[in-house]
Amino acid sequence: MNPAWLLARTLRDPASAGKLGPGEWTALFAVARAEQMIGTLAMRIQGLPMPEDARRVVRDAIASAEQGRTAALWEAEMARRALGDIPFVLLKGTAFAAAGLEAGRGRSIGDLDILVARDLIEEAETRLLAAGWEWVKPDPYDDQYYRRWMHELPPLIHRERDRMIDVHHTILPLTARITPDPRAILDAAWPLANGLRHPSPNDMLCHAAAHLFADGDLAGGMRNLWDVRCLVEQFGTEGLEARAEHHGLAGEMTRAIRLVQALYGPEPLAGSAGGWGDRLYLRRLTARDGWGRPTRKLTRLAFYIRSHWLRMPPAMLVRHLWTKWRKAHSPG
Amino acid sequence: MARYRAASLATLRIVPTDALTLIYHRASGITHIVDAPVPEILEALAEPLSADALLAKLAAQYDLLDADALALAVRLDELAAAGLVERL
Amino acid sequence: MKHVTSLRIGPVGFRIGSAWRAPIDALDDLYRDYPRPVIPDFNVHLFAARPWRRYLRPSVHIGGDFVIPDAAPLPLAQALLAAEMGMNLQMALGQRGYLLLHASGVERDGRAVLMTGISGAGKSTLAALLMARGWRFMGDEFILIDPATGMAHAFPRLISLKNEAIPVVEALLPHARFGPRLTGTPKGTLRHVVPDAPAIAAMAEPAAPALILFPRFGFDPAERPVPPSEAFVRLTQASTNYVTLAERGFEALTDLVARAPAIAIDYPDTATGIEMVERLA
Repeated sequence: MNPAWLLARTLRDPASAGKLGPGEWTALFAVARAEQMIGTLAMRIQGLPMPEDARRVVRDAIASAEQGRTAALWEAEMARRALGDIPFVLLKGTAFAAAGLEAGRGRSIGDLDILVARDLIEEAETRLLAAGWEWVKPDPYDDQYYRRWMHELPPLIHRERDRMIDVHHTILPLTARITPDPRAILDAAWPLANGLRHPSPNDMLCHAAAHLFADGDLAGGMRNLWDVRCLVEQFGTEGLEARAEHHGLAGEMTRAIRLVQALYGPEPLAGSAGGWGDRLYLRRLTARDGWGRPTRKLTRLAFYIRSHWLRMPPAMLVRHLWTKWRKAHSPG
Repeated sequence: MARYRAASLATLRIVPTDALTLIYHRASGITHIVDAPVPEILEALAEPLSADALLAKLAAQYDLLDADALALAVRLDELAAAGLVERL
Repeated sequence: MKHVTSLRIGPVGFRIGSAWRAPIDALDDLYRDYPRPVIPDFNVHLFAARPWRRYLRPSVHIGGDFVIPDAAPLPLAQALLAAEMGMNLQMALGQRGYLLLHASGVERDGRAVLMTGISGAGKSTLAALLMARGWRFMGDEFILIDPATGMAHAFPRLISLKNEAIPVVEALLPHARFGPRLTGTPKGTLRHVVPDAPAIAAMAEPAAPALILFPRFGFDPAERPVPPSEAFVRLTQASTNYVTLAERGFEALTDLVARAPAIAIDYPDTATGIEMVERLA
């Protein structure tokens, strides 16, 4: 079995880990690390019978995820203190962790992503800068690029804690064809007891779908689809279709649900999923070898170009790539 | 006037050593190495206090020789930046 | 991966894959007396950036479960160093079970002496020479502290000798097994030596930390007791995973500095250094 499919199967059906041989365990852990899902996997299989060596990896992965969760929630708390009365909504991993959702169990969390109303974004920036956050890159081209075309401030990093914050005012770049409604996400957000807020479940699902198909080159896709799977399990899909329609993400949402079925559903479709489009996506999502290394270079490249295409109209894409090449940056 | 509140003592692991005190803050996962009177400030701020009230409380309890309002304000800013104290 | 081996160092298992045969052969030879893990804790891979670079001016990129971006590749002649660096990197970035101290260590009668300091402090050389004098060698790069017990666990990978230390150790350990002499590495000339049989045989046995030393090479002999708070700070700086271990790391380190005295020692030459360590231990 392809090791990425092995990961998907073990997440879906943890008891199946009981039958794994040493080589399969090794590949499973390598791919789970590469997909940044080792904590999620560890939470799913902890307590099941397994070899001693595997138990140690699982124990350490859980401890690591716990520490990541503490650090992420602390960043959210410090952002709350810095932003004062500016309303904001936590996005992605930090939102799942803060709300104690199934999707957050063991999940690795990178930067702090928050959503702020567009007319308050400058004030948010000012307050964060006053509270110890700084610009990551002083590069004027990148800066202009972010401010003009992306859906966020240029990333800020905290000078003491060395953690990044991405302040978004919408969930997709302004250059993308699809323009979700950030105001609606802010208005429908759910409050938590500690003063933080997270998007409603349907908005979190829409964001996951947007992130998967429109905003990225499918990197981290297995984790993204796991988020979708957990959110759907926990909250169901009532009103989801209408919400996705409202954000202009109906097609993306439908495909995400189909791919979740294929990867993590009760009857996975491995080789025979839906149409050609779904099969190509699945090939890209599961392109890993037993060392966790990326495989299927051609499939990946196609998705990389496609990802940039979606985010920027073609003329702008050329300009962007040209500027990057001249600076000898390699893509990705 | 701004009031200050310390992180709850339940979230702190405080280990006094030779001269300095080691503090592990569970909520942030950050270790702080502090000198007097930081442990005393944290204890005094179990309930929210203004800087002036804090100064009075410290002066009364610990017999502070240099009851300096400006120095205390600077310490409180540092502690707020470190997250050990929250400005309310 | 075309060529694969696996090995266990102390409590940690590695699987190493390579696009070339040579580094795997070198590892299999030098680590031949080490046990093999059933399921490794970490993977390391040595690969070529482009397929043709396996043959044309081959340069070895270091990959693994944990990587740093922009790690410069090494020439194929230094592939053994690349493998060692890859394993160190997994430990430095990925180890979560033990508090990792960037230190060398030796043990006698169940008492472990940990030596930590800046690069060039001579901690590898001191550990190798103490091994030659009958101490059990625990490691020259990392010592692992178990937060649950406070015990020091060995990580006796190949001892990495640099520049002037090479002839010194070659003379003192004439029967030891040495790796190839690697010239022109980022650290100068480098040669690995295999830890002796007692070090390998006892590598699963932990020892109680009895003394922490902060050696400095090239100064007049001097000793200064290091108070626990200072030792604590210096050891957090000598640990790559202190923060990620969270409260367990804090407990392990406060416990360590409370139970083991710490001394900063300056020494002008290795003979004096050895004499000082043995007197203090």
